[in-house]
Amino acid sequence: MSSATDAHHGQDAHHDHKPGFVARWLFSTNHKDIGTLYIIFSLVAAIVGVGISALMRLELQQPGMQIFADGQMWNAYVSAHGLIMVFFVIMPALIGGFGNWFVPIMIGAPDMAFPRLNNISFWLLVPAFLLLTASLFVGGGPGAGWTIYPPLSGRTGEVLYQTGPAMDMALFALHLAGASSILGAANFITTIFNMRAPGMTLHKMPLFVWSMLVTAFLLLLAVPVLGGAITMLITDRNFGTAFFDPAGGGDPVLFQHLFWFFGHPEVYIMILPAFGIISHVISTFSRKPVFGYLGMAYAMVAIGVVGFVVWAHHMYTSGIDVDTRAYFMAATMIIAVPTGIKIFSWIATMWGGSIEMKTPMLFAVGFIFLFTVGGVTGVVLANAGITQVLHNTYYVVAHFHYVLSLGAVFGIYAGIYYWIGKMSGRQYPEFWGKVHFWLTFVGVNMTFFPMHFLGTQGMPRRYPDYPDAMWGWNMVASVGSYIAIASFVVFFYVMWLTFRRGEQAAANPWGAGATTLEWRVSSPPPFHTFDELPRIR
Amino acid sequence: MARVFARLGAAFLGTLGAAAALPAMAQAQGEVIGAPQPWATGWRPSGGPIMDRIASFNDLVFWIIVGITLFVLALLVWVVWRYRASANPNPSRTSHNTTLEIVWTVIPVLILFVIAVPSFELIYYQDRARDADLTIGVEGRQWYWHYRFPDHGGFTFDSFPLAAEDLRPGQFRNLEVDNQLVIPVGANVRVLTTGVDVIHSFFVPSLGVQRYTIPGRTLETWVRADRPGTYYGQCNQICGVNHWFMPIVVRAVPQADFDAWVEQARTRFAQGLPPLPVEQAVAAARGETTTASLRQ
Repeated sequence: MSSATDAHHGQDAHHDHKPGFVARWLFSTNHKDIGTLYIIFSLVAAIVGVGISALMRLELQQPGMQIFADGQMWNAYVSAHGLIMVFFVIMPALIGGFGNWFVPIMIGAPDMAFPRLNNISFWLLVPAFLLLTASLFVGGGPGAGWTIYPPLSGRTGEVLYQTGPAMDMALFALHLAGASSILGAANFITTIFNMRAPGMTLHKMPLFVWSMLVTAFLLLLAVPVLGGAITMLITDRNFGTAFFDPAGGGDPVLFQHLFWFFGHPEVYIMILPAFGIISHVISTFSRKPVFGYLGMAYAMVAIGVVGFVVWAHHMYTSGIDVDTRAYFMAATMIIAVPTGIKIFSWIATMWGGSIEMKTPMLFAVGFIFLFTVGGVTGVVLANAGITQVLHNTYYVVAHFHYVLSLGAVFGIYAGIYYWIGKMSGRQYPEFWGKVHFWLTFVGVNMTFFPMHFLGTQGMPRRYPDYPDAMWGWNMVASVGSYIAIASFVVFFYVMWLTFRRGEQAAANPWGAGATTLEWRVSSPPPFHTFDELPRIR
Repeated sequence: MARVFARLGAAFLGTLGAAAALPAMAQAQGEVIGAPQPWATGWRPSGGPIMDRIASFNDLVFWIIVGITLFVLALLVWVVWRYRASANPNPSRTSHNTTLEIVWTVIPVLILFVIAVPSFELIYYQDRARDADLTIGVEGRQWYWHYRFPDHGGFTFDSFPLAAEDLRPGQFRNLEVDNQLVIPVGANVRVLTTGVDVIHSFFVPSLGVQRYTIPGRTLETWVRADRPGTYYGQCNQICGVNHWFMPIVVRAVPQADFDAWVEQARTRFAQGLPPLPVEQAVAAARGETTTASLRQ
């Protein structure tokens, strides 16, 4: 035993020793390798998710049913698109990917607190994704929307609406993804609270770490509620319970409450890490410290806290009492205040700076503007009075794609361009990065802006066919989406160029503006990041 | 201030609406008011007081959010241009300004107050009818609507979508039904929604009304059409394979015509028949002989 330990020590002493391929990538316990796995996984899932949206926009390009066999198939693909993008693209990239890579480095920790837990968090995600993708090809697929409201996802009496195992597969996929998130969240919280380098107080922590800390708490508190809800849904479907079945005394609206008690924090789970990344990018490329650091950190905490008490604004037409609606309206509007603080603080960070519009900065500035657009339509939707005619319309689709497809995704791109040199050791080509940005910017705006018009005209979401009068803006949106998809292909070209011909990245390619710890280690960082813990003064 | 915005908004949206409006359609349907229009960017024309109020409140919010968005855009453009590295090689180190931070916290709060006050008024107005003139029951079913008139003897009927090949010229694909829901113009109509299978959503944009139809629950709301005409809506909650094909047609007619329609609908319900379209019912009521022949 002692000799084995000695041998192990001997290997460690050899600087930057990496294990063999199988041990390194299948049994990974290194936070950077697991982060890399998460990012690769996210990009693979994104190909599927974006591919489905391409099919959807092709179908909606003109009235009539073109490529989908029927409404059930459409519903299944729409549901899969939503679930894949939320659970298998945005969350793995932002939390598992960048979180794993940079939280330990930024706080000066040697690794995550529980490396093996970290490994299983990732490997739970793979079967989850396979289950969900496979469910599309089983029977009619899981066609109940990503919100999986019963009775459509469950039953009334003897009638099961989503027959066959497809819906159950999707629910188990959510269970696995949820377990993965909960374990990951516990790991992040432990790491951030216990493994900060000497001198790294909470109030000196980089904002990205703050964002991950808040996100981890949201995950830890919200995802178990989803787990409970879908467990009840699974037993309703398969084992004769009637939690949500009115025929057995159950209540479909209860599911909506449980779902959105998870679902609303979930949208902040997707956007908060992007907030963190944007803060770093803005500060780096303005060569200025973040303006109002404490305000920025506690704005995220406030968003996280208030995010737990606004869930029923997704249920204004579900028959909740008018006084309850009034409360949820007021609480929802309050979220605009910390969000406004963040927007203005980012602009104040740039104010007086020395700004270089490199690709990550382009994505960050684009993020601020587009997130503002998505944010103000959120203020509109907070008003139950207006939402009475906008609920479930394309206006809502436009709103949440502005904050997620343009917000969170721009955050991911900003993070990739900001850190790719650090992670891979090779810098991206600036020209092609900018081409990618502008194509994406034009494409996504052209896709999602007309959806505001369709929504105010009353076009319901999850429709494969629509009244002929709605053809015009749908056509524009489809053309926009083809541009956005082309930009996604360009992104892979940029990555190919980076790895094939990218310049060797310096430890800190960004200069004086980049102050966090990851820029003090080599690019890529050694397998064991810190030989001795850094001291923060 | 709010009123100025509202007026500006109304003018702006009115122009857009007029530019996009279809030529008025005169047909057996009565005047079409609540149908979608090509390339429209705003609301469908309003048919009653609820949608009027939603639209005027939205004008206020709309101009506030446009103002905020343009303000942020202008700041970003200014900052990116003014503080570009070549123009400002030495960055400042400012990272605090308490006054500024208080200002950008307090002003949004004030703006939210401006929005919240009329917003609360609106939801209480929308909630339910004070003095309902009549009650209708709405039931969403996979994939058609089932209407009930409890104040008029409790007759019921189903409203199925019309397939594209059954449409008459001038009718809208995906929007027409065999039996329209008929309500009297100017009446406060209490709407009770419920469901039997999955959740659907009763959504008529021009009348400013939307409620889920949830199995095991009855929800209450109300609606009033002040302009006679035809209002279109569609199911707005995913409900299975034909979610996209369960339209709603509400026909608002003068009280006398409504009475005539109710009269024949009751009679025909007793015979196990669906109601006649309003025009036929009114014609029938005017001449007894026609009625008799129609009843065959």
